[in-house]
Amino acid sequence: MEQILSALLVMLLGIAGCVLYFVGSNVLLDRIYSIEGKSPDAASRNLRRIAMIRPWLFMGPALLALGIYLVYPVFESLRLSLYGRSSEEFVGLANYLWLFDDEEFRQSFKNNMLWLIVVPALSTFFGLIIAALTDRVWWGNIAKSLIFMPMAISFIGASIIWKFIYDYRGEGAEQIGLLNAVVQYFGGDAQAWITVPFWNNIFLMIILVWVQTGFAMVILSAALRGIPEETVEAAVIDGANGFQIFFKIMIPQIWGTIAVVWTTITILVLKVFDIVLAMTNGQWSTQVLANLMFDWMFRGGGDFGRGAAIAVVIMILVVPIMIWNIRQANQDSGAR
Amino acid sequence: MLQATKNRAAVTVFLHLSVLILVIMWTLPTAGLFISSLRDKDQLAVSGWWTSLATSQQNLVGRSLDPDKQIERDGRYILSGNVFEEGTGVVSAFGWQSQNPAEFTPGVTAEMRKGQQLTVQPDGQYEFSSPEPWTGSRGKRIFYTADIPPRFTLDNYREVLSSEGIGQSFINSLTVTIPATVIPILIAAFAAYALAWMQFPGRAILIATVVGLLVVPLQMSLIPLLQMYNGVGAFFGVGAKGYLGIWLAHTGFGLPLAIYLLRNYIAGLPREIMESARVDGANHFTIFRKIVLPLSFPALASFAIFQFLWVWNDLLIAMVFLGNGEDELVLTGRLREMLGSRGGNWEILTASAFITITVPLLVFFSLQRYLVRGLLAGSVKGG
Repeated sequence: MEQILSALLVMLLGIAGCVLYFVGSNVLLDRIYSIEGKSPDAASRNLRRIAMIRPWLFMGPALLALGIYLVYPVFESLRLSLYGRSSEEFVGLANYLWLFDDEEFRQSFKNNMLWLIVVPALSTFFGLIIAALTDRVWWGNIAKSLIFMPMAISFIGASIIWKFIYDYRGEGAEQIGLLNAVVQYFGGDAQAWITVPFWNNIFLMIILVWVQTGFAMVILSAALRGIPEETVEAAVIDGANGFQIFFKIMIPQIWGTIAVVWTTITILVLKVFDIVLAMTNGQWSTQVLANLMFDWMFRGGGDFGRGAAIAVVIMILVVPIMIWNIRQANQDSGAR
Repeated sequence: MLQATKNRAAVTVFLHLSVLILVIMWTLPTAGLFISSLRDKDQLAVSGWWTSLATSQQNLVGRSLDPDKQIERDGRYILSGNVFEEGTGVVSAFGWQSQNPAEFTPGVTAEMRKGQQLTVQPDGQYEFSSPEPWTGSRGKRIFYTADIPPRFTLDNYREVLSSEGIGQSFINSLTVTIPATVIPILIAAFAAYALAWMQFPGRAILIATVVGLLVVPLQMSLIPLLQMYNGVGAFFGVGAKGYLGIWLAHTGFGLPLAIYLLRNYIAGLPREIMESARVDGANHFTIFRKIVLPLSFPALASFAIFQFLWVWNDLLIAMVFLGNGEDELVLTGRLREMLGSRGGNWEILTASAFITITVPLLVFFSLQRYLVRGLLAGSVKGG
């Protein structure tokens, strides 16, 4: 209890500090470049100065935090990836060369590529199907809300939920995991699924698909509703059937949104860490880059050079999407 | 015509059925977890949660009363009681040796060594009797097979909240989450307003930078920040890990999304309002405080929900910037630890997991409107 009270206190102090800063700095600015009792020339000069400085007062704390927590680390990580395990001696590209020779890294990279294909594709696919179907039933909103729900669950919570489904009890024992029970019902043999190489990757991906489909559904459902009705009506008059309308009229109009959903999930997939850590911790050939990076950060006291190099690899994979996003945003603000 | 109506009815049924199947597929995993967390732990370990409403046959081992509670009757020493300490069931077989746990049918008197006897009735009443006093410190073992009716209990929750430290972790999670959700909002709102409505050189570049930072993987930040925290901690002679560090870290990591969401929203506010306020002589600070902040409430709420869910559900940052001590381990970290140490104890894992997801689920279902609005504002562009 005491702890929560102190957290609340910190929160209030934080807010008070922010308010104090914003109010104080702006009042100070108005005081320093006061326009009262100044000659018109001096007053307009002061007004210009105020207009020049105030934006930076507004953005000051945000820029500081962004600089310390995101911008500086990006460059520092790049630098550290060229240094040894304790960041003291310069090793050039040795960390990267080591990476490409390392069996575990190559495995992780391959797995990550698989994740990158499977998870965004399945999430977007299911999201689209569900969005299209739920818009046509009267209880669609309840259905959507239930499918959207996993978004609120932590990856580690989701991992426990699914680990329970994949659970395996030794041979002869009654299976309490849903998957094995279903497999047995259809006459198959129960297995410890998350230890079966290759397929276990798929089983881990299903968890993320389960979580992310709701996201895709919400966005795509809004996009589908935004399609002008005339286009659909025109197609109906021309005698198109349901499938033709969906695939030839509706989908082409929401390509942009599909791309946004796809790339957003792609970014998330590149950072996936909790699920692998909780389910297998990279055993049985399920390692991924983010977990490998975390592993090297602490393995044997931590190898910051190799850890940073793996982070840089993840970053490089993100860069194309980053550029695409920035261009998209620029176009948007240009259009406004 | 009739054919067409029939076809349409078939399509409607198909439609409802497919949505129903999809909904079941997406809710079943969570439902399974919830139902399991309420089951008796002995039943949970031997039968699937989908059988939880059925009577289950289990092979169980019980113990009699301790020997010091024996009574003497007709020259024999008696230990008696019921194998079902709480709850009910029907015994279908029993035994006194582990090699032969279902040797006798209920009601039969089993002869043991040295004239000792054991009887178990179908309703679970048992009676050990012996010509000599019972010795030893623990009760005698009774092996029995019983049909146990479904049993639901809150024991699992009681256990994880008290002895597994979930209660403490819950408080720790709140401690991390509350300031880390609130502090970024004001900072971001000011920056968003500046980026939306103020003219200054470099604005376009800053906006592009924020959009770029939205997708920078946190992995890039971990090592430099860890080193920085270690340095700062050593400089002030305090530990590198602590709540202050994680509050600031979550603030920094949450800012790009906050600024981006709020800027989009604030930039969309009607220009006329801003301009008429300016004409009335209001400066930017007044406009922000009196007009923009109140009008942006929906966007602020959306971001707050995002940040709350993200911080509450975060594991990575908590593992790097918070310690493992009892007063710092958050719920996600505790779950992860339990997966290692209590991997097979599903009664503990399911109850713990459910406790950790209750708060986000409550937030989700009560504030879903804002969440959806925020998602749409954050993602639908170029579409």
